[in-house]
Amino acid sequence: MAVATREQAPAAADRGLWSWITTVDHKRIGIMYAVAAFIFFLIGGFEALLIRTQLAQPNGTVLSAEAYNQIFTMHGLTMVFAVIMPIAAAFQNYFVPLQIGARDVAFPRINAFAFWLFFFSALFLYTSFLFGGAPDGAWVGYAPLSTQLTEYVRMDYYSVGAQLLGVASLAGSINFIATIFTMRAPGMSLMRMPVFVWMTVVTSFLLILSLPVIGVGLWQMLFDRNFGTLFYAAQAQGDPLLWQHLFWIFGHPEVYVLILPAMGIVSEILPVMSRKPLFGYAFVVFSGIAIGFLGFGVWAHHMFTAGLGPVAEAGFGLATMLIAIPTGVKIFNWIGTTWGGRLKLTTPMLFSLGFISMFVIGGLSGVTHSIVPADTQQHDSYYIVAHFHYVLFGGAVLGYMAGAYYWFPKWTGKMLSETIGKWHFWITLIGFNLTFAPQHILGLDGMPRRTYRYDAGLGWDGWNMMSTIGSYLIAVGVLVFIWNIIRSWRNGEPAGNDPWDGRTLEWTTSSPPPVHNFDEVPVVHHVDDFWYRKYGVDEEGRAVKMPEVSGGALTVDTDSGGEDADGDAHDIHMPSPSYFPIIASLGVVTIGAGLVFISSGAIGFALLALGAIVSLWGFMGWAGEPITKEAH
Amino acid sequence: MRRIVSIVALGLVLASCSSNLPQSSLNPKSVEAQKIDGLWILVFSIATVIFFAVQIALIVSIVRWRRRPGDDSEPKQTHGNTRLEIVWTIIPAVILAVIAVPTLRTLFELRAPATGDVLRVKVTGHQWWWEFEYPDIVGPDGRPLITANELHIPAGRTTELEMTSADVIHSFWVPPLAGKRDLVPGLTTYIKITPLESAAGEVIPGQCAEYCWLGHADMRVKVHVDAPDDFETWAAGQLEPAPVPTTGAAVGGFETFSGVCATCHQANVRQPDGTVETIGTAIGPDLTHFASRDTFGAGILENTAEHLAAWIDDPSALKPMAPELNDLDRGRVLGMPDYGLDPDQIAELVELLESWK
Amino acid sequence: MVSEGAVVDHDFEDTGNPIHRVRKTAMWAFLGSEAFFFGAMISTFLLYRNTIGDGPGADIFNIPFTSASSFVLLMSSLTMVLADNSFQKGDQRQGRVWLIGTALLGTTFLAGQIFEFTEFVHEGLTISTSPFGSSFYMLTGFHGLHVAVGVLLLSMLVFFSLRGRYSPDSGMNVELVALYWHFVDIVWIVIFTVVYLLQI
Repeated sequence: MAVATREQAPAAADRGLWSWITTVDHKRIGIMYAVAAFIFFLIGGFEALLIRTQLAQPNGTVLSAEAYNQIFTMHGLTMVFAVIMPIAAAFQNYFVPLQIGARDVAFPRINAFAFWLFFFSALFLYTSFLFGGAPDGAWVGYAPLSTQLTEYVRMDYYSVGAQLLGVASLAGSINFIATIFTMRAPGMSLMRMPVFVWMTVVTSFLLILSLPVIGVGLWQMLFDRNFGTLFYAAQAQGDPLLWQHLFWIFGHPEVYVLILPAMGIVSEILPVMSRKPLFGYAFVVFSGIAIGFLGFGVWAHHMFTAGLGPVAEAGFGLATMLIAIPTGVKIFNWIGTTWGGRLKLTTPMLFSLGFISMFVIGGLSGVTHSIVPADTQQHDSYYIVAHFHYVLFGGAVLGYMAGAYYWFPKWTGKMLSETIGKWHFWITLIGFNLTFAPQHILGLDGMPRRTYRYDAGLGWDGWNMMSTIGSYLIAVGVLVFIWNIIRSWRNGEPAGNDPWDGRTLEWTTSSPPPVHNFDEVPVVHHVDDFWYRKYGVDEEGRAVKMPEVSGGALTVDTDSGGEDADGDAHDIHMPSPSYFPIIASLGVVTIGAGLVFISSGAIGFALLALGAIVSLWGFMGWAGEPITKEAH
Repeated sequence: MRRIVSIVALGLVLASCSSNLPQSSLNPKSVEAQKIDGLWILVFSIATVIFFAVQIALIVSIVRWRRRPGDDSEPKQTHGNTRLEIVWTIIPAVILAVIAVPTLRTLFELRAPATGDVLRVKVTGHQWWWEFEYPDIVGPDGRPLITANELHIPAGRTTELEMTSADVIHSFWVPPLAGKRDLVPGLTTYIKITPLESAAGEVIPGQCAEYCWLGHADMRVKVHVDAPDDFETWAAGQLEPAPVPTTGAAVGGFETFSGVCATCHQANVRQPDGTVETIGTAIGPDLTHFASRDTFGAGILENTAEHLAAWIDDPSALKPMAPELNDLDRGRVLGMPDYGLDPDQIAELVELLESWK
Repeated sequence: MVSEGAVVDHDFEDTGNPIHRVRKTAMWAFLGSEAFFFGAMISTFLLYRNTIGDGPGADIFNIPFTSASSFVLLMSSLTMVLADNSFQKGDQRQGRVWLIGTALLGTTFLAGQIFEFTEFVHEGLTISTSPFGSSFYMLTGFHGLHVAVGVLLLSMLVFFSLRGRYSPDSGMNVELVALYWHFVDIVWIVIFTVVYLLQI
């Protein structure tokens, strides 16, 4: 048996398309998430450029109202569900097992299934442009507009597409929870976990508890549209506000799902580049948890203009103010981390510092929304657009860019170019502020969002033009990033195992890591365990490099190949590749397509039947297949 | 530090007070909007202070603690400072508590029902226009004042809008006069507006702020803040029925109106024999005093004969709508269809409508 | 911090994690999610409890009948416990009997639900009658779907066990299905109380 596995384990690192399609390796799945998310980032970015081009001047004629509506809706759906969530999933997939000293996630095949379901669902959402038009009810899909036009399948695509993406995300989250709670390396207690892992715990809980709520809303929308139910039918005393509640009970935690992993990444990078520990680890962790909890109690601040009544509005306004406290704690602790350090201003550090700076702006404008009367002026105006882009671009995207520069060496074994990286950072930062800072003013000056044209003479022309120029500059930044990736992938500097003098376990293994991650499962004694294997402190509390004696040195030298690694790798049973997850996910998406066209007669039922058969094949095959073939 | 803050704040306020920002929320022209603006300036000032404090702390830390070339010393390994962390948890909490007091006070003031001498206006949102009915201003025939897209309210007196929607959710937003409020089908929401005396004579633009599909960007509203006397004059004029013409091209226009337009539009008319009757169905805007409005098409077109002729000829060419999806049985109206009228009919109709002042 | 001790004590000899604990953790996470799914539907029902339009309202419920079918479902939790017990003792033969018993009780409940729905439709309550009708059928229908999935899982367990392919280590084991089944039962108790018994 040992011999069979010995051949099996390295052979799993095969090349070729088939090996990627059938892979259950968390690292490869992480890379596929990243690549898919980046492709959708380019598509969503292209849509943003179309939007900005249309709005560059008063009464723009680049897009019709009909096209504009589809494009801004798809821009929102794409960026939230097909870019930021999956890029977070990419980092989590790749690095959570490495950071907790595990060999894989708890359920490698569910992991593959979650990825393929996300990928095919997002592609499926884009097929809407070919078959009946893309969703055009805004990413919030407010009823009864979303149930008004049953002649078009556009909002059926929305309902089913979001449902499927939700299921994919749910599967991923359950996987992370099981992995983090049961598969940590010996000695890694909860309060020794890296902050990024902690933030993964929080976002996973947010997702498993919020996705089912919007799931109910999406079913109700689908039923109202296709089966004659009356959930949102005002003429039958159905309540359109029900949808808003269900949507935002999901939608607000979702905002934290998008930003918390980025906060986790920044909390990893700052200590490494400052060469001192995270300031107030426990405070940062608990404020992350507090943000998660409070995130469930503030949803109605998205509904301050909907007529909930002053008592409810006051309550939700105060709850929203409360969230500013743990958020502020995080920012102060990050600055505290840099204070007194020896800051290495590398590209990941620049992006992290940019994240803090921009997130402060997004956070402060967020506080102004909790001032209910003021929010009635800001709501659904460009001020809101500016606010959430400061959080989601200035915050989340810069955070994930920081992560990309920080962890690219671990993925590929090559460093990204620092010179190009700095160009990338400054172009992005300037372009971003040029795009979104003027939108605050536009909103306060009365420009509502989701409008495809505006008249001259309202004082909006100059700011809009500035914003459009900024968006092109961001696009230039993205091109620079692509160039950096291509260039560095080909002939970047070799990274070695530990290019940043890191603190966490992923840096103890080779770059890229072997299939089984660690030849020997590490035993953990501290937060930032790897650092303490390398450094002690002198009498004045300064870090002092230790001679390489302890267990750390052993794992650092691990050979990446695995074949000739001495001894321990032989008995590691890694799960075997499987093509059933991709088949099952294709089946599920086909069922979704059937639901979209359920009212179109035969085609809908044919797709449903086909989807059911394919899913059955996928899931039954999956159930009957042992995890590690040779092991049984 | 304080000076920077006040300069920035002042600059922003000045920039927005200029008269070329007619739709700005920073340019309040009602008692209610002033209250909101006061609250906004308070919060904005505090936020500006915090903004500079945090950004400066960050920049100072970067500049002071950046690693200099050739310096290989290691920093002191501090893990945190509980006292400091508690302090920077409590300080924001205190600041927020300070902001919360005026926030809640203003909120409850603004949301309290209007009292005293209040003008009530019922607002109904439609895809994609506004219907205004003044239930307390009633003509001798018992018909209340009904108009569309241009709201007239008196300066110095509180108007309470009672709002609902006929189809999807809309939001009434005239930033200089009030915060926005959604119009939700099946629900009634309220806005109070007490325009400043100094705003008398102004026409203040606003528009729908809740995405309502094709015509959302073109669902605009104009609020005429009238001096009290002017308002009375306007209201009296609006209560007058429109005359049914007896001579000229308008006679043919009225025939077309009765046969075609009345399918969806209403007008309160006085026949040549003196009888007053309401003709048509109230699906689209009331046209009794069409010519008294400055604009039409929900504020997107100046009310001129040329514009009106073009509109009647092909409405969807001027404003994206979807009349092909109209379904009156389900109460769904998505715009005015092109009835294929010939140029003569259009000219006669324009003649008629432009005479209904 | 129960898990803290558990992890430290971990025996990492093999690939190393007690697979049962991993799966149970995942199952609990899934059931937590399901609880919110039903929570949202129950909230919708409460919102529309009295929004009956021209159609029938809560007065069409046949409380004695539904109490009987609720009792049947409750009993199935008992047989599920017995099945789990037998399997843990390694007595698959006895366990199969209890599994089949559980599946039959579940099927009886479903039959009762189908009968009930048919009655209601005859009395004029459909999904399109009123928001009350829509939310009632959605809530109880999705619950019924969960019971049906449970019956399917139970049947598969019996099938695998008969073919000698059941092992406690296989992906779908009696313990996990039992967790799911009890959850579905508990949800029904909440639904029965809120929908049928609570008269607001």
